[in-house]
Amino acid sequence: MNAKTEIPAAPTKPRSQWQAALIQAFVKLDPRQLVRSPVMLVVELTAIFTTVLCGLPGQPVPTFIAVQIALWLWFTVLFANFAEALAEGRGKARADSLRAGTQGLFARRRLHNGTFETVPAASLRKGEVVRVEVGELIPGDGEVIEGIAAVNEAAITGESAPVIRESGGDRSAVTGNTRVVSDWLLVRISVNPGESTLDRMIALVEGAKRQKTPNEVALDILLIGLTLIFLLVVVTLQPFAIYSGGALPLVFLVALLVTLIPTTIGGLLSAIGIAGMDRLVRLNVIAKSGRAVEAAGDVHVLLLDKTGTITFGNRRCSALFAAPGVTGKDLAEGALLASLADDTPEGKSIVEYLRGLHPMQEPARDAVVAIPFSAETRLSGVDYNGRIYRKGAVDALLAFIGMQRREMPAVLSREIDKIAQSGGTPLLVCADGKLLGAIHLKDVVKPGIRERFAELRQLGIRTVMVTGDNPLTAAAIAAEAGVDDVIAEATPEKKLARIRAEQADGKMVAMCGDGANDAPALAQADVGMAMNDGTQAAREAANLVDLDSDPTKLLDVVQVGKELLVTRGALTTFSIANDVAKYFAILPALFTSIYPQLGVLNVMHLQSPQSAILSAIVFNALIIIALVPLALRGVRVEAVDAASLLRRNLLIYGLGGLVAPFIGIKLIDLLLTSLGLA
Amino acid sequence: MDSHVVLLLVAFFALVLLPAPWLGRFYYRVMEGERTWLSPLLQPVERFSYRFAGVDAQQEQDWKSYTLALLAFNFAGLVLLFAILMLQGVLPLNPQNMPGLEWTLALNTAVSFVTNTNWQAYSGEASLSYFSQMVGLGVQNFVSAATGLAVLVALCRGISRRSSQTLGNFWVDLTRGTLYGLLPLCIGLALFLVWQGVPQTFSHYLDALTLQGGEQSLPLGPAASQIAIKQLGTNGGGFFGLNSAHPFENPTVWSNLFEMASILLIPAALVFTFGHYVKDLRQSRAILACMLILLVLGVGVTLYSELQPNPALAGLNIEQSGSLEGKESRFGIGASALWAVATTAASSGSVNAMHDSFSALGGLVPMFNMMVGEVIFGGVGAGLYGMLLFVLIAVFLCGLMVGRTPEYLGKKLEAREVRLLVLTLLVMPLGVLVLGALTAAMPFANASVSNPGAHGLSQILYNYTSGTANNGSGFGGFSSNTPYHNLMIALAMLLGRFGYILPVLAIAGSLAAKRRVPVGQNSFPTHGPLFVSLLTITILLVGGLTFLPVLALGPVAEHLSLLGH
Repeated sequence: MNAKTEIPAAPTKPRSQWQAALIQAFVKLDPRQLVRSPVMLVVELTAIFTTVLCGLPGQPVPTFIAVQIALWLWFTVLFANFAEALAEGRGKARADSLRAGTQGLFARRRLHNGTFETVPAASLRKGEVVRVEVGELIPGDGEVIEGIAAVNEAAITGESAPVIRESGGDRSAVTGNTRVVSDWLLVRISVNPGESTLDRMIALVEGAKRQKTPNEVALDILLIGLTLIFLLVVVTLQPFAIYSGGALPLVFLVALLVTLIPTTIGGLLSAIGIAGMDRLVRLNVIAKSGRAVEAAGDVHVLLLDKTGTITFGNRRCSALFAAPGVTGKDLAEGALLASLADDTPEGKSIVEYLRGLHPMQEPARDAVVAIPFSAETRLSGVDYNGRIYRKGAVDALLAFIGMQRREMPAVLSREIDKIAQSGGTPLLVCADGKLLGAIHLKDVVKPGIRERFAELRQLGIRTVMVTGDNPLTAAAIAAEAGVDDVIAEATPEKKLARIRAEQADGKMVAMCGDGANDAPALAQADVGMAMNDGTQAAREAANLVDLDSDPTKLLDVVQVGKELLVTRGALTTFSIANDVAKYFAILPALFTSIYPQLGVLNVMHLQSPQSAILSAIVFNALIIIALVPLALRGVRVEAVDAASLLRRNLLIYGLGGLVAPFIGIKLIDLLLTSLGLA
Repeated sequence: MDSHVVLLLVAFFALVLLPAPWLGRFYYRVMEGERTWLSPLLQPVERFSYRFAGVDAQQEQDWKSYTLALLAFNFAGLVLLFAILMLQGVLPLNPQNMPGLEWTLALNTAVSFVTNTNWQAYSGEASLSYFSQMVGLGVQNFVSAATGLAVLVALCRGISRRSSQTLGNFWVDLTRGTLYGLLPLCIGLALFLVWQGVPQTFSHYLDALTLQGGEQSLPLGPAASQIAIKQLGTNGGGFFGLNSAHPFENPTVWSNLFEMASILLIPAALVFTFGHYVKDLRQSRAILACMLILLVLGVGVTLYSELQPNPALAGLNIEQSGSLEGKESRFGIGASALWAVATTAASSGSVNAMHDSFSALGGLVPMFNMMVGEVIFGGVGAGLYGMLLFVLIAVFLCGLMVGRTPEYLGKKLEAREVRLLVLTLLVMPLGVLVLGALTAAMPFANASVSNPGAHGLSQILYNYTSGTANNGSGFGGFSSNTPYHNLMIALAMLLGRFGYILPVLAIAGSLAAKRRVPVGQNSFPTHGPLFVSLLTITILLVGGLTFLPVLALGPVAEHLSLLGH
């Protein structure tokens, strides 16, 4: 693992973030911006209306009270704006610093005649070819078509070690704003201005440009519907009241409307969405659309590549078996020496394994004659102290010592068969032509991955391991890692067919991949995550890009998707449940002038009609601020079955939403009357 | 509460609930064209109908064609019924020589019967010929109920089918619903009622000399057949003006019990039909449980408050045994309260007592039943599709809390469905609050109210609620037969009927086209006690939040002022 630098342009100090958000809260009062959250637009309109009413003479409500109501209505809008601005803050800070790098950046664009001209990077179009020299920033996302170079991508990924980028193969994609630290590259730009990875990242965390996710759109419609219903309720209440014998003060009706419409969720909806995307950005995952993140919450099947995701990606030594008549010590020494000069991961793993098991006096590297692996002998080892140590695949080594397979000691032969059957790779070791024993190499499953899969199963997600191994090997690793299913001898076509089959059953499929041949499957999957160090084709086909190129991130994305949905649902339920208490505060206050007996509905024993209405409005505004931390952090989703999750959330946000305002409004009422504000 | 009331409650619930599972399965088989024991008798009739009408029974329709067929059929029915009512003076079967109706009344009545409301601004025995009753109203009583049934099965198919463009064939659903679903039951109930003493004759009214020596005209007519379908089809339009409080419509305790049970018989059975469509009867039981909870709550409150002595008379030193004013002494308080709750829970609207005379809270329950859109059993088809809309709303609101995009039985609820759901949520507020407020605001309109103040407001609310909810029961004392109210209530009825049917069919079409996500342990559970309470609370909350302010000014204020007296 490479050391990670701190996330570049780490957000400015919290204090200045707050200040910026405060300023933004006022900027966002612009109705053209508020149109994006209709509930808040209604509140702003009522705030304007009430402010105007305050100025008109002859109002039934004392100006002192009306002014307070107007102020709190403005606060309600400001609080919601503040929440959104705060959510934008962090992601934006990072995006801004990245964007700053592209300001004034120039590119060498290739002309038809093969010469280059210098143009501003911002003017580059898709398909144009640029040349980037050592020390220069790559002007935009694209694909290397010629050259090989080390590129420092720390600005995007936070990864300080440079990576190699070259034309052809799976490592040809480059990201804009990363620096070439050696050699040169010819890059074909693959995006138009405004469509780069960076632009997408910025768009996801900016309220005014953000594209709403499908579920957010649906919820928005419901909130608008509820607002309309309560508008009808309040507007028609006046004629009913007049019929019953007394007109109601307009300021109070406005207060009733604002407390009834779902301002809590309406005010925080946008902040929840932005904060969710920001959590992804902090995980170094870039979503090309919010849709993919939401879909991640719904995923039923996860297709994971074995190599690098489930296993470490290279075989490691896990056991040794001595041939009859050979001591464990001899075998260990032989195996260690035979691997000493072997720099492959397998060889290193043998040395590591034996050093812990049988510490011995190791000869210095220059004291031995290294015999590297060759395609001809298919063996490697050392000559040391006049002795010949070799290790290699079973048939190669047997050929080397001139032994037939059937002449092998039966015990060893059985062990070798066992190793092969369990999905491992057997190696033989010999010293001076004498068979010492066998080494068991196997694909080692990453620690903790099994638990992770169990957790996913709890969330209703099945994991499918994709591997090019033969079915036997694949099944063995699958059993060890605890995946639910396996696609062995996988080809791109097989992957695509599997995804289609799952989708035909109505299931949502997520997968990650990096190769060019993964592109069709990534495009077909509902959630496709490409590795940043993969090909441009894969990055284009996927709807998520992981900058760290860590496939297990998909699991985090699922979590974020779920949290996003749960947070929205919880706050909606809370918001609607709140209305019950608000009715009990406001209705008696409104109607006691017409029917004094309706005073019995004042179950909270609020001091006066004015303080009751004011308290409800104040509670309504403050609850938005109180819930900002929850909206930004998200409701935690534990790996339990749906029914228990539902029961828990209903208890907290449903029942809590029912009870909290009774207490809150009563307390505010006590405070307001003791301060003489109502 | 005496033992008579307890027995009545037991008998009523047994008659409604025991046949429901069997009848529900029967409806499923019938609507899907499977063979039943009635097939040998009715299939030839069914086939003949299709051939006669030129309908290809195998040809399924997408939701748009289905809706168009439904609208065309209902519009034609409306025009025809309007014409019959206007022209009844020159049409046959008119022994009392009734003249044609005034046009706003004719329009109101035509809309009323086409929309399965059976709001009656007229009195049957004083205004309608036998032809109008039988050919005009009787036909619509059948086909309006069958229309509701058709919409319900279309929605059931929408939920249960996967990636399908079609919802069935409206003409086939209409025919099967009428022929198998309504006719046999109606014939049975009509014969039973005739046995109990309900008239079924074409002869003209009887002139009788009373014991006091006065002259009285006793209205007769083909009543039994009409009453059977008005009860079973949740129509509720009485043959006589007094509806089932009239001794000729409801002569005995037995006729009362069976008429009352037949209000909820088909709506209860259809809950099981739904379960057969989605191949999961647990869903049916959950919905039924929610309906029962709300019904029992309503019956409890009404019964309790009707059995209370009137506080206004408390100081007069008289013995009170509950409030009997406006109730048939033959049936008493128990049977009247139960009927009132049942008839407004379903969209029947037939009455055996005057709801206007109920105590304030006793009258609030029927009003609230209608305000939530008559989903507590509800009308034939209409009740369950209304309830399923609430299920979808509950699923959308709370489904998010399990961390998935909300889905019901594997169908994802997205922006399009929510938009349509919101449209249906707006129907009751528009019809009750907006039209009610207009009436309250305009002196010539609110002149129809007989009592001022809180009770007057209840009258306005009740009658517009009844119209919008397609119930049809009335809060007496309100002179509804004025051109203004005839037209406005007609508008309310159309809004209440098609404001639901159009979005429901659109939802059905959109759900049918969706893939079905496999339902597992991580799907939102829509059966079991948790969901039942969630659904119940959603219904109470949606109804309560919308109507609490105006109910506070009406029945609640009236109740509290009586207490404070």
